[in-house]
Amino acid sequence: MSLLSVENLKASYGGIQALKGISLEVAQGELVALIGSNGAGKSTTLKTLAGLLHPASGSIHYDGISMHDIPAHQRVRDGLSLVPEGRGVFARLSVEENLQMGAYIRNDTAQIAADLERMYALFPRLAERRAQLAGTLSGGEQQMVAMARALMSKPKLLMLDEPSMGLAPMMVAKIFETISDISAQGVSILLVEQNARLALEVARRGYVLESGLITLADSASNLLGSDEVRRAYLGA
Amino acid sequence: MDILLQQIINGLVQGSVYALVALGYTMVYGILGLINFAHGEVVMVGAMVALAVSGMLLAAGLPPLLVLLLALLVAMAVCMALGYAIERIAYRPLRNAPRLAPLITAIGVSIVLQNLAMIFWGREYHAFPQLLPGASHGFGGAIINDVQIIIIAVALLMMAGLLVLVHRTRLGRAMRAVAENPSAAALMGVDINTVISVTFMIGSALAAVAGLMVSANYGIVHYYMGFLLGLKAFTAAVLGGIGNLRGAMLGGVLLGLIESLGAGYIGDLSGGFFGSNYQDVFAFFALIAVLVFRPSGLLGERVAERA
Repeated sequence: MSLLSVENLKASYGGIQALKGISLEVAQGELVALIGSNGAGKSTTLKTLAGLLHPASGSIHYDGISMHDIPAHQRVRDGLSLVPEGRGVFARLSVEENLQMGAYIRNDTAQIAADLERMYALFPRLAERRAQLAGTLSGGEQQMVAMARALMSKPKLLMLDEPSMGLAPMMVAKIFETISDISAQGVSILLVEQNARLALEVARRGYVLESGLITLADSASNLLGSDEVRRAYLGA
Repeated sequence: MDILLQQIINGLVQGSVYALVALGYTMVYGILGLINFAHGEVVMVGAMVALAVSGMLLAAGLPPLLVLLLALLVAMAVCMALGYAIERIAYRPLRNAPRLAPLITAIGVSIVLQNLAMIFWGREYHAFPQLLPGASHGFGGAIINDVQIIIIAVALLMMAGLLVLVHRTRLGRAMRAVAENPSAAALMGVDINTVISVTFMIGSALAAVAGLMVSANYGIVHYYMGFLLGLKAFTAAVLGGIGNLRGAMLGGVLLGLIESLGAGYIGDLSGGFFGSNYQDVFAFFALIAVLVFRPSGLLGERVAERA
């Protein structure tokens, strides 16, 4: 059974109907990519799934439960975690405080401390800067903070909104390597990316979103090979 | 020399009160970007409740120190409930409205509370009972009494406690996170409404303490006492840099000192033309002077980045 199952989801954002009825699934342990151009509704999809936006209609089932009446702050407790577009790092909190915010919903103090060290092992750069205010970090480091922070909540489904945005190529490679690692540990991932090639290279399946509708859904390798996708999103 | 020291003592006492009230303004502003003009009235309600409770308990024959403590606790509890109710009823429905709407509402809440207090407690000045021994101590040619010592000590304690709460606890971290980015905080599992309610309640508890301090210091309680005090404390918060806790503390103490020194020396300086009744002018003069040179206050950050 799917961990996440979305059916005929419609949502408006800023007076515009951004989602016109999309359906998608993420199975347990799967890495799924959602690609599409600017304004296709990718971020709106994730915001709606995280509970920051209310859908106009349609259903979201996560872990077999309808998310309709569950507020955003409650969804994290159920293991549904979003790294938002633009990262949403708390600039005036230190790196360590940001990670502690990630563990806000937990109260297993000893385990939190151990997980903090795990994050510092995963991102050694953050260990060096743990007492620094997060706002003083580079974009790539802030993306690391945002991902580590989300992992601190022990998500079952991690949703990433444009993790490569604005990053130097080396940093993008590092971030995507980490995404594969996280996925290998069994965390389900829904990855939204404008960089379609990168996303489809790490994902198992993919969806293509165009003006609020899903136009293609297939395995990642098939999408990478499809002429439509190549022309529209891979620049080839 | 003794006048200078005396005015400094008076200024520190008044400044402690301003600082506690200013913290309430600055905390709410920091988290909602709203100037809660009803906050001065919460101070007044704290004073009124403390007066009512101490009147009853003294009549029942309890020892004054115990009465003081109980009056403080009840006043804090009532003000916390009031702060919670103000946010819940007046501000929360306007959370996503244009900024002018909650501002006007805040002024409305302030007027409503003033009028309710007037109906409830009357227009007259009430004498606040002397609950502390009130012994005076000579101090380098100046005089300081027990009430003033306690006011300064309690204010310092509350401010230190608040800093620890905001900077060292899970709740404080959540408050700072909500202040900076509410939706990101929600994604961390923070219930934003709860954090905002708690912020109002903490600010209101500090206001209750300040209300009791003012009443104990001057021995007078009045339904209109919150207006000017609130305005001055708001001035102090802006002076220090609104949204910044340390700024509110610094601004409060500075404002108290400026006023007190101004009142003490204005007669001499103006050759008797202005009297000490012009002390209120100093508060606002200081505000204008600071804002001309540092528009975001003494410890404030540049606001342009936020807008």
